[in-house]
Amino acid sequence: MGLEKFSQVSGRGVVVSGNDIDTDRIIPARFLKCVTFDALGEGLFADDRKAAAASGGAHPLDDDKYRGATIMLSGANFGCGSSREHAPQAIRKFGVRAIIAENYAEIFFGNSTNIGLPCVSATRESIQQIAAAVAANPKIEITIDLEGEVIRYGDESVALTMPGSARDALIKGRWDTIAELLEGANAVTATAAGLPYIASTD
Amino acid sequence: MPQSLFEKVWQAHAVRQLANGQTQLLIGTHLIHEVTSPQAFGMLRDMGIKVAMPHRTFATVDHIVPTDRQTEPFSDPLADEMIKELRRNCEEHNITYFDLGSGRQGIVHMVGPEQGITQPGTTIACGDSHTSTHGAFGAIALGIGSSQVRDVLATQTVSLSPLKVRRINVTGSLSAGVYAKDVILHIIRTLGVNGGTGYAYEYGGEVFDRFSMEERMTVCNMSIEGGARVGYVNPDATTFEYLKGRPYSPDGSAWDAAVERWKATASDADCTYDDVVTIKGEGIPPTVTWGINPGQGISVTENVPLPADASSDDERQSIVEALEYMKLPGGEPIKGTKIDVAFLGSCTNARLSDFQEVAKYLKGHRVAEGVKAIAVPGSQIVGELCKGLGIDQVFIDAGFEWREAGCSMCLAMNPDKLVGDQLCASSSNRNFKGRQGSPTGRTLLMSPVMVAAAAVNGAVADAREVFSVNN
Repeated sequence: MGLEKFSQVSGRGVVVSGNDIDTDRIIPARFLKCVTFDALGEGLFADDRKAAAASGGAHPLDDDKYRGATIMLSGANFGCGSSREHAPQAIRKFGVRAIIAENYAEIFFGNSTNIGLPCVSATRESIQQIAAAVAANPKIEITIDLEGEVIRYGDESVALTMPGSARDALIKGRWDTIAELLEGANAVTATAAGLPYIASTD
Repeated sequence: MPQSLFEKVWQAHAVRQLANGQTQLLIGTHLIHEVTSPQAFGMLRDMGIKVAMPHRTFATVDHIVPTDRQTEPFSDPLADEMIKELRRNCEEHNITYFDLGSGRQGIVHMVGPEQGITQPGTTIACGDSHTSTHGAFGAIALGIGSSQVRDVLATQTVSLSPLKVRRINVTGSLSAGVYAKDVILHIIRTLGVNGGTGYAYEYGGEVFDRFSMEERMTVCNMSIEGGARVGYVNPDATTFEYLKGRPYSPDGSAWDAAVERWKATASDADCTYDDVVTIKGEGIPPTVTWGINPGQGISVTENVPLPADASSDDERQSIVEALEYMKLPGGEPIKGTKIDVAFLGSCTNARLSDFQEVAKYLKGHRVAEGVKAIAVPGSQIVGELCKGLGIDQVFIDAGFEWREAGCSMCLAMNPDKLVGDQLCASSSNRNFKGRQGSPTGRTLLMSPVMVAAAAVNGAVADAREVFSVNN
């Protein structure tokens, strides 16, 4: 089976601004009452979107200008809090294909990489520049070039960063490690044999 | 070369290096629950794979369980489907499941220690970020997503990069009326909500040496709120004493051998850390959060900050956002802030000692008019122990509702929810927007005794004054 290779991701952008956006906001707990991830898209930022609508505005995700956007931009420490994979799953089910933020909470970053949702980092200034370009022209195409380690938008480009192991895994289509983990079965048995609490079947 | 516990345990469980440069790490103990495992079992089914080590996999049900009455069928059909799915998966894969009727059900992070499943020198994973709780025993315990739950079910391993280790010393002693909860809220306030990214926190110093296992668990539990995926305390006599005689603890000659191994996993005295932070125990106040992340905490005697108090633009912005959501003016004392709900529960603070400590002070007091107060033991065992000691009756006499075991209003996946913009004094771990079940609900995190003080006072109060605390 071939996993998707993410050398580049292109699309229009949508900005969900703020720092420390936690996974309870990304997908409120009531949407976790499910045994599959299939229907999570509608729960994405559900409370924020409802609050925006109630105050007579529109959350960026519901703003017609940004409909169809596949690249989400945000601030620092994105995805902090709960380890729920429902968060990156909801983002993907909504139609987002990649995220650009200053940095990410660790578990969220790992969960996203594991499901093939690239999370790249850029400086605050870079993100502000891209956000300004998106605000000026919501149709502007953004390209996240993982191989070249740049983000291009219009005629501009800014640097991106990503830990080497994640970047490499996404580019080579090895972001889902299950096959490789399964191949290590014999080595696992050997390691387990040396650990009494695992080896004993009491 | 001298090593930290983290390095020793990592080394003992490292299977091999993977092509992506990460380590294939053996997970000795896998804990699962109803919310983050069904998707993983579904993936396993699609791949036609069985669980690799069912004897090292343990399940319970906690997030969706109603706490007023645990009887099935649940009134919420979605919750009912989830518990049935968990039961089915455990049966199909031959996994030990502490079900509602077992007398051993509870929040997964309470069940592991109570059963003696959580042991020093082990690796523990669970699809829940508060898995760091188990680090109190000197284990590397980490929260994982559902795809990794699938990985552990299928292979008993995860793909992971090693963490750096930050030693956090809390020296001296704590003042009267200051608890383990205050210690971790203070640490997060000091180091920030993302200060721990990339680190495992090793907690130590005189305060931790004296702490009971339950206090150590409270601190380790909230490591993730400081950004650290793993938090641990080196195992010592307190750890061994706690584990002795528990159902899954080794016994007989195996016990002595295990204790020797466990002792050897503790960090060497002369090992080097990537970072060291020292905090004076005497300087830690009873702490209350006023904002929308666990780092936004202040002493109960302080004023809620104003945007002008910020030392950076980022901080100013987050104060503005938090004050607006919390409907607090800022610049005024947190003390006296009226509350609507008092919640005593969660994997942070719903152990026997939490209820014992509160009961000590609650006797003779009444929950204030108009405040809804609920006490939710973290496990059926804690509930039974409290009943045996008459602690439940102290709470009931004071006007608390005494509930059955579950996660309850910490994240409100069951019927226990805030309504509208109710303000809740809570012994839980997260004060995020909407966390307690209402999109506009508001949470103030604090220690159990402070929750009780707020409950009887009808407003945030200094427990040392309300209860004349002088322990």
